Amino acid sequence: MKIDMPKNVDEALESTSLSGILDRWDYQGTRAKAFEGVDFQALRTRIAKVKGGVADNFDEVAETFKKNAEANGIKVFRASSAEEAKEYIANLCKEKEVKKIVKSKSMATEELHLNKHLEQFGIQSDETDLGEWICQLAHHTPSHMVMPAIHLNKEEISSLFSDEIQQPLDNDIDKLVKVAREQIREKFFEADMGISGANIAIAETGSIVICTNEGNARLVTSLPKIHVALVGLEKLVPNYEDAEPILTALPRNATAQLLTSYASFISAPTLNDDGTMKEVHVVLMDNNRTAMAEDPKFKEALQCIRCGGCLNVCPVFRLVSGHVFGDIYTGGIGTILTSWFTDLKSAEEIQAFCIGCDKCKEICPGNIDIPGLILEIRRRKAAKEGIPAVYKGALQVINNRKLFHSLLKVASVGQKPFAKDGFIRHLPFFLSNFTEHRSLPTVAPVAFRDLFKTIKQPKSDTKAAFFAGCALDFVFPKTGENIIKVLNKGGVEVTFPEDQSCCGIPHWGSGSFDMAAKSAAHNLKSLLEDDPQYVVVGCASCTTALKKEWVEVLQSEGMDDLIPQAKKVAERTYMFTELVNKLVEDKKLIPKEGVDTHKLTYHDSCHAKRHCGISQEPRSALSAAGYEIKDMKECDTCCGMGGAYTIKQSDVSMNMLKRKMENVQETGAEFVSAECPGCLIQLGGGLDKTDSNMKAMHPADLMIDKFQ
Amino acid sequence: MFELFKTRAEASGNTEVKRFETTLEALDFINDFLKEENIQDVAGSYAVWADGPLLKQIDTKVMEKKFPGLSFNVTRELAKGARVGISQLKWGIAELGSMAQDSADVEQRLASALSWIHVAILPTTKIVANLADFMKKMHPKEYKYMTLITGASKTADIERVLALGVHGPDRLVILCVDDLEVEGA
Ligand code: SF4
Ligand code: SF4
Repeated sequence: MKIDMPKNVDEALESTSLSGILDRWDYQGTRAKAFEGVDFQALRTRIAKVKGGVADNFDEVAETFKKNAEANGIKVFRASSAEEAKEYIANLCKEKEVKKIVKSKSMATEELHLNKHLEQFGIQSDETDLGEWICQLAHHTPSHMVMPAIHLNKEEISSLFSDEIQQPLDNDIDKLVKVAREQIREKFFEADMGISGANIAIAETGSIVICTNEGNARLVTSLPKIHVALVGLEKLVPNYEDAEPILTALPRNATAQLLTSYASFISAPTLNDDGTMKEVHVVLMDNNRTAMAEDPKFKEALQCIRCGGCLNVCPVFRLVSGHVFGDIYTGGIGTILTSWFTDLKSAEEIQAFCIGCDKCKEICPGNIDIPGLILEIRRRKAAKEGIPAVYKGALQVINNRKLFHSLLKVASVGQKPFAKDGFIRHLPFFLSNFTEHRSLPTVAPVAFRDLFKTIKQPKSDTKAAFFAGCALDFVFPKTGENIIKVLNKGGVEVTFPEDQSCCGIPHWGSGSFDMAAKSAAHNLKSLLEDDPQYVVVGCASCTTALKKEWVEVLQSEGMDDLIPQAKKVAERTYMFTELVNKLVEDKKLIPKEGVDTHKLTYHDSCHAKRHCGISQEPRSALSAAGYEIKDMKECDTCCGMGGAYTIKQSDVSMNMLKRKMENVQETGAEFVSAECPGCLIQLGGGLDKTDSNMKAMHPADLMIDKFQ
Repeated sequence: MFELFKTRAEASGNTEVKRFETTLEALDFINDFLKEENIQDVAGSYAVWADGPLLKQIDTKVMEKKFPGLSFNVTRELAKGARVGISQLKWGIAELGSMAQDSADVEQRLASALSWIHVAILPTTKIVANLADFMKKMHPKEYKYMTLITGASKTADIERVLALGVHGPDRLVILCVDDLEVEGA
């Protein structure tokens, strides 16, 4: 039976194997258990330091490795390109009359398309890692770095095996594994050469370290008389001790194991079982790694230890697999590696799948800002290809609030022209689910800026400047009003700097940093005008802009003179519930007594939880207001909104929402809350499609009559 | 230390840890075990025993006579047909439930990597606390090939379901022996 790889999003979404398989695995729970007693932050700082240090000195560390390995009797070849590496291995095969090769798992050999290259010379390479072997039989590329055949189910695998051995088989996994053992075992005994990768290469001792659970690498390096290890330069570490943090992190993050079943340190040739001396070759491959190390941004990606953890938590990968979100290297990190090692063009396409939820960054043992680097690919693409006129048009509109509002009012009547030419994609996120197929959220007749003038507030010395963001200003002005009323009860008087505009996140997210920087500059001036004690924001995305991105974007655009002001704003910025929580703790805001409790589940928007590190405060504030919090499964997994993402990748977005809704509804809560209008629009839209009575509401709307 | 080692090792995938005060007791166990596993001179039912310090204490000739099918000369063909592979390990790592093998001799690898059941002999006194401590004891400068072994050979490559014995043993039996290679003695 021929099984096709999914070629596009639709096909990938249809194939339920991958998402089903990854969903049934409680990766995050088991991973946390495996890391018990380990200081993960300290561990990844150590790994990043070791690997970052090597990337600064590739040449020197590689030479040390070569010298020491050669002194032990290993032949070391430094290949500057993929071509050189392939040629070396092919020549060696010719010279030694190698006809059959067994391979243990090596991403580097995939990078070279080594099997295909050797095939031309009549050399047969057989994969021995079970997952890789399955992929080889199916003529598929691996869909996951650690679990290459995770996209196939047991029925499909059984049919592949049964074609191979020409016998009918049932779908029992244990039996299938035994079939593979029997088939592959013969290959080990027949092979003239074994090819492996390496997880670590230790310069000090000239050793390579290979980790497997199946034990195939031990056989690949033991039974054939020649062993070739293909090793990317990024696998180098200076000293033996440096292997320790990597061996601690790799198995725990990859498969939630304390250690893989086998971890072999090979430092010298040893005798074969017939008494001859084994030949060991290490091909140390550059293939653009040195160039990557010289790039101040992308150098960081060389800290990757290929654990695949980032794929397991990625909400997009879990839906579409690595055949769509990825190339040879898969998922978010795969996009980055692809852009340097194999195919920049393809990386520029697949980068669009990343929604920027930061989930991967949190658990990366290499301490790599994966979404940040994907954004950098996007930024460079935007810079290279220029900014289309519609981007510019959009920004101008957004930065002129009055014009924007009147335009929106017109647009809500006649939507079509607005959706044309992708103009809509560059508008703030709350408008994003307005497409030709969906209606624009109702634009409030009176914008918050006008409503504000009618709100009566008690005077106070404690002042907070309110940054409304586009959504609260135009679509949810009532929420803005509620924010003010709650804060008033806590003794805070709220001002509204009129000149504020869009926070710039939409531009930043689409890679137009220059435009984002302009937004930042524009807002800074207006926010600091009255020197307020706090800046309060009712939207997690805007909060991120104020707390983090403005400083970064100004830096990246060379607008250094504005950085002190941006830092000042960052220090004073509070997300609404964060400030409420503070006021409750300071006993300035006193909960009413005897209010009925209601059950509520809280969705952590990506921007709040991972960009700003706010997750406890909203829960505490909502509890103080009389809500019983019932956390849903994966409460911090992205809802699929992601601004323009929901338009560009609408099918993926809708499937992410579907999964979210299942988790939300399972709680049986009365309300689902999130402090991001975008998430609320998405969640509310999801609820509309069900017959549940649950409501998606902003915390301010839930708190309005809960304090004295 | 032993207790932690045992707990962790037994959680690492079809692994049993047994402890013996004396080498003699451990040898009795092996005798019974080979009987139980029905070791015979038939491919698939062989046992191979790789060279190691413990072997100095027994008469291998007598053992071989007693168990036709048991061989102390580990070849690739015998190991391939072995039900049981016995070898002695150098260090245990409590925190991980792992053991370290000096794998320079290919025999050690064949016996522990090709058979269905790996019987691993480990001096109880050579269990250290963690990976960092182990790395102070065994250095690749002195060992051409060393392997950390943790549990049986396993995979989750099909539907993320754990399956044992992919290429190597599907069962690991660890015999911790108190009077073997007593450190400092
Ligand atoms: S990017 Fe980080 S999480 Fe992903 S494979 Fe590399 S080290 Fe692992
Ligand atoms: S940021 Fe989110 S969507 Fe992007 S690669 Fe990481 S986990 Fe996946």
